[in-house]
Amino acid sequence: MLDFIQQLVSGIALGCVYGLIALGFVLIYKATEVVNFAQGDLMMLGGFFVFTFIGLMGLDYWLGFLFAVCGMAVFGMATERILVRPILGYPQFSIVMATIGLGYFLRSIAGMIWGTDDLRIETPFSAGVLKVGDLVLAHDKLSVIVATVILCVVLYAFFNYTRMGTAMRATSENMLAAYYMGIPVKRVVSLIWAISAAVAACAGVLLAPITFIHSNVGLVLGLKAFPAAVLGGFGSIPGALVGGLIIGVIESLAGFYLPQGWKDIAPYIVLLVMLVVRPHGLFGPSMRKKV
Amino acid sequence: MNLFTVDGISLQFGGLKAVDNVSFSVSKGEIFTIIGPNGAGKTSIFNLISRLYDPTSGKLFFEGRDITEVPPHQVARLGIARTFQNIELFENATMLANLLVGRHCHATTQMWQEMLFLPSVRRAEKDHRRKVEEVIEFLDLQAYRDKLIAGLPYGVRKVIEVARALCSEPKLILLDEPSSGLNVEETDDMSFWIRDIRSELGITVLMVEHDMTLVNRVSDRVLALNYGKVLASGTPSEVQAHPDVIAAYLGA
Amino acid sequence: MRFVFKTDYDQDIRILKHSGYWWSYGVLLAVLVAAPFLLGSYLQSQLVFVFIYAIVGVALMILTGFTGQASLGHAAFLAIGAYTAGFLQSHGVPFIVYFPTAAVLTGVVGALVGFPALRLTGIYLVIATIAFAFIVEEVLARWESVTHGNEGMRVRTLDLVGVPVPRDSASFYFLCLLVLVGTVLLALNLLRSPTGRAFVAIRDSETAGKSMGIDLAAYKVKSFAISAAITGMAGVLFAHKMTFISPEMFTLLLSIEFIMVIIIGGAFGVHGAILGAIFMVMIDPFLTALKDDVPVLAASVASSFGMAQDAATLLQDKLSKIGSAAGLKGAIYGLIIMMFILFEPYGLYGRWLKVKLFFQLFPLYKRATFKRQKTYVKSERNR
Repeated sequence: MLDFIQQLVSGIALGCVYGLIALGFVLIYKATEVVNFAQGDLMMLGGFFVFTFIGLMGLDYWLGFLFAVCGMAVFGMATERILVRPILGYPQFSIVMATIGLGYFLRSIAGMIWGTDDLRIETPFSAGVLKVGDLVLAHDKLSVIVATVILCVVLYAFFNYTRMGTAMRATSENMLAAYYMGIPVKRVVSLIWAISAAVAACAGVLLAPITFIHSNVGLVLGLKAFPAAVLGGFGSIPGALVGGLIIGVIESLAGFYLPQGWKDIAPYIVLLVMLVVRPHGLFGPSMRKKV
Repeated sequence: MNLFTVDGISLQFGGLKAVDNVSFSVSKGEIFTIIGPNGAGKTSIFNLISRLYDPTSGKLFFEGRDITEVPPHQVARLGIARTFQNIELFENATMLANLLVGRHCHATTQMWQEMLFLPSVRRAEKDHRRKVEEVIEFLDLQAYRDKLIAGLPYGVRKVIEVARALCSEPKLILLDEPSSGLNVEETDDMSFWIRDIRSELGITVLMVEHDMTLVNRVSDRVLALNYGKVLASGTPSEVQAHPDVIAAYLGA
Repeated sequence: MRFVFKTDYDQDIRILKHSGYWWSYGVLLAVLVAAPFLLGSYLQSQLVFVFIYAIVGVALMILTGFTGQASLGHAAFLAIGAYTAGFLQSHGVPFIVYFPTAAVLTGVVGALVGFPALRLTGIYLVIATIAFAFIVEEVLARWESVTHGNEGMRVRTLDLVGVPVPRDSASFYFLCLLVLVGTVLLALNLLRSPTGRAFVAIRDSETAGKSMGIDLAAYKVKSFAISAAITGMAGVLFAHKMTFISPEMFTLLLSIEFIMVIIIGGAFGVHGAILGAIFMVMIDPFLTALKDDVPVLAASVASSFGMAQDAATLLQDKLSKIGSAAGLKGAIYGLIIMMFILFEPYGLYGRWLKVKLFFQLFPLYKRATFKRQKTYVKSERNR
């Protein structure tokens, strides 16, 4: 029983990681109906940024964290301006391919700049564990859980209760109409990419002590975050968290109870089953074309 | 003789009754129009007939046969073709290809035969093409054969949609607001074509229309709807004089 | 400019529309037939890869370009074809049996993938195909009794009714060419008949297709099955060309390469698949050549413009260091994808058509002919 709970808890921690990356997908999708396949690579880049600030320049952890998040926000905006804005509104698949290209590009450039070794940084969460009865939970994982929940709540509130959030939702429904209603669409889209890249940077920084910083980490985790986002319904912020948790727990339990090999594909099997049963996820709206 | 009968059909979206116990029947060779304010449930009735929606209750009969349970792609094969309110053409194909898709319900060849393009396929293709050319002639579309739909003006697309429906050689054609977005001249042309469809091709027409001039000019019978319910039916002048219809339109 | 007067419906049905086509495709075929006798073994081998990629490209063109169903799982179909060939060959089944068997088996798997695809559109479908590819990859790695797991599998020399066809021989080249030509003809035949038009109809408007009598489910499954079966055939050839197959050859990256084939070629015609395949396969030797030559060239240009000798040598070193950096190929791939989507959305075939039109209309060609209209995001949620 304790094994089960321990697996469950580590699954939840893992799930929050996926949830955090999925959150980035969801934000961009929610505001522009673009799926950013390079989200995991933005996270990877965030990790490298923080490594540069803390590991190489020797800044304080929190300062480095702040700089990395701001740096990534600017990077996200630049990406939007250069790559996404010219093709926004064209078939979804071509934008998906463009972001896949971006991912390729970022991975190999990061590998060329920072090398291909596993990098580590010291963080306040690196050591230390929290013990509840017989349950052991490392601080680094705890920090991910806490951060994910906070970000989810804040972004959910942002989307549903602020003017900017409403403007973003309007933009995604019908961009032209949003223009006509005086919404600064370009600025809205820029902002959402900045926020999404910043969230990715948070994920990258928080994951640094857990997964190491490596140019391929984004690809690996990004591809696991997809099922999470889909499971939750692509446009839903709480859905990203719930989907992430489900994927994390399934992966962790499958790794423990099922034969080797199941761990890696269990999330995808669940995803396929989900897509067949409920094509638009747990929280996604159902789609129906009007004629 | 009744070609097509709608018997007490209802459609419910959650709490909203889009169509509420509507019954009517269309005789062979008739031009039958459904009118009503926006949101009255006109297009919903069309979508029920072409089986895009499943009715909550009620039945549809075509040539005496119950078609309430027929899957949507078989409706065309039975002889019911339709157009759409906001043009649903195949944008990135030529007009010719669009019209040939209209012949799909008459396709007889198997996929493996088509892969090898056996003589039978070629023969069938030529037959389809001949039929399509008749429709092109009928609606004066000769100029657009190899043009991509995406580059054509709205009025032409509207006609092409009618042409595509005619290519399937239907017995009943459903026209969803054939004149919406057309200018006065184009609307005139449309009204002539609608009458020709009935008189020259012998196809029964069921249409949804807002333009009362067009309705008066072509319809034999009119059905007025509001909030999914039948208000009145009869000849165009009868319906227009009906107090409930006037109330619905003028909001009295 | 040529004006074709049409006097017969056959003229619209024909694949080679007029005598110009006969000439140009005749010359192309002659060149391809002569190629193995003129080219060195390296280029001949690259051409074989072009053919294999082009076969997969045509398959993807049918599914993605014409039916509008995106797939990032075609590496898995290729793998299924390749492993079927490897497994059956090692059990003594002759080529003429396992080649069609691989196609049929992959087609069946493709149809099975097509079923969940019935309810999925856009991004959900892309993700479903990725998931499928991952599952196949894992199965290949774990099902050791058949696939030898991660150790991989040797594929013996192809044996065509008693005649060995080694991977580097001209006969293997011709076999691949034959399969490619067959595939292209098959695709073109489909396109000019009801099935192909139904595919295009599904791509452009599912609702209208449905009410024109197209059974969406049946045609989507058909499209997946055909596409998968063709990819399976390519898989057999691939296995024989590589002579060794292992799960890590059939990853997501390979699927992305296949999608790049049709994006770079232009996803609206069979020509695009071929041009894209040429580009994707030839980019590698091209880059290698650049890597060796550009630094030397740059250094000599720099020194001829008066740069000091040691500075020029330094420049040469720097450039060749960048050139041989480990990840450079990935970065260039990424750049190529982004550049094509941003600046050449109709791909190489689109560029070819523009150039052709430029000469046909000379001097009246207007740049704005192919300008894209600005479009705006509209939610797909209510579509």
